[in-house]
Amino acid sequence: MTLGPHDLGPHAGFILGAYAFTALVIAGLIGHAMRDRRAQTRALAALQDSSQPASRSSAERRA
Amino acid sequence: MWTRLAHPGHFLRWTAPLMPWLAGLSGVLLAFGLYLTWFTVPPDYQQGETVRIMYIHVPAAWLGVFFYGAMAVSALGTLVWRHPLADVAQRAAAPIGAAFTLICLVTGSLWGKPMWGTYWVWDARLTSMLVLFLIYCGIIALWRTIEDPNRAARAIAILTLVGAVNLPIIKFSVNWWSTLHQPASIMRMGGSSIDPSMLYPLLEMILAFTVLGITLHLTAMRTEILRRRVRALTIREAERLDAGLPLGAVQGL
Repeated sequence: MTLGPHDLGPHAGFILGAYAFTALVIAGLIGHAMRDRRAQTRALAALQDSSQPASRSSAERRA
Repeated sequence: MWTRLAHPGHFLRWTAPLMPWLAGLSGVLLAFGLYLTWFTVPPDYQQGETVRIMYIHVPAAWLGVFFYGAMAVSALGTLVWRHPLADVAQRAAAPIGAAFTLICLVTGSLWGKPMWGTYWVWDARLTSMLVLFLIYCGIIALWRTIEDPNRAARAIAILTLVGAVNLPIIKFSVNWWSTLHQPASIMRMGGSSIDPSMLYPLLEMILAFTVLGITLHLTAMRTEILRRRVRALTIREAERLDAGLPLGAVQGL
């Protein structure tokens, strides 16, 4: 098999398999990091939003 | 100065502007490293094109060990100074270190089959890397088992420090035992045994993987801090509901 300027020879499957596996795992790490970050940001925003009306009403009560 | 920077709130603030730059730098370094690996590096005189696996195998092995070392330092921070960011750093590093150790094991296996004629041998270097992967898995599993983060932090810090014994075994296994795995060829007495035409692209790939790993780690640490805030807020909200207080009566976060 040829890739770029190289004929990868009889072991092409091993070489490309190693790179494909690495790309898959790294893509998984990046994807998981982004998904997790988005989920936590959303959860935090939702919790802060739920406590906002109360802080407003207690401020109103004080006033 | 250090204490101020390591405060979780400050950490979130000073790392925020760094993240896009680090992500961009990781991408550029990886692209350049892959260009060198595929377009400038000559085939090895013995291994031929198969040597190209080295440019992902060695950086992955380095990161597998690097992140465990970072976790061991963080474990000391948890046990001695009880610093919350040390536990955050340790927890964020474990899955990343495990992933790179897995890459090292799989790419090594795919390199071993055409070169040694087998995917796996119970050789000291291979076995000690497998043990490292299993320790990572054990630590991640323990974190999921213990619900209270403070109890989990101490138990895992102790386990991490015990597991750190494996690091010198990994490094020196090829010297202490007769192994099928080749001996150290980058960091060794008398300088590297790798030709500069292969060494510099390899060092470039190690740098690219390291910057990528650090970027992923900082991102995971930032997310972990958010997760703990979510947990604290959820507990307070639950306490408020239990006490039958009106919405928002428990404040302070």
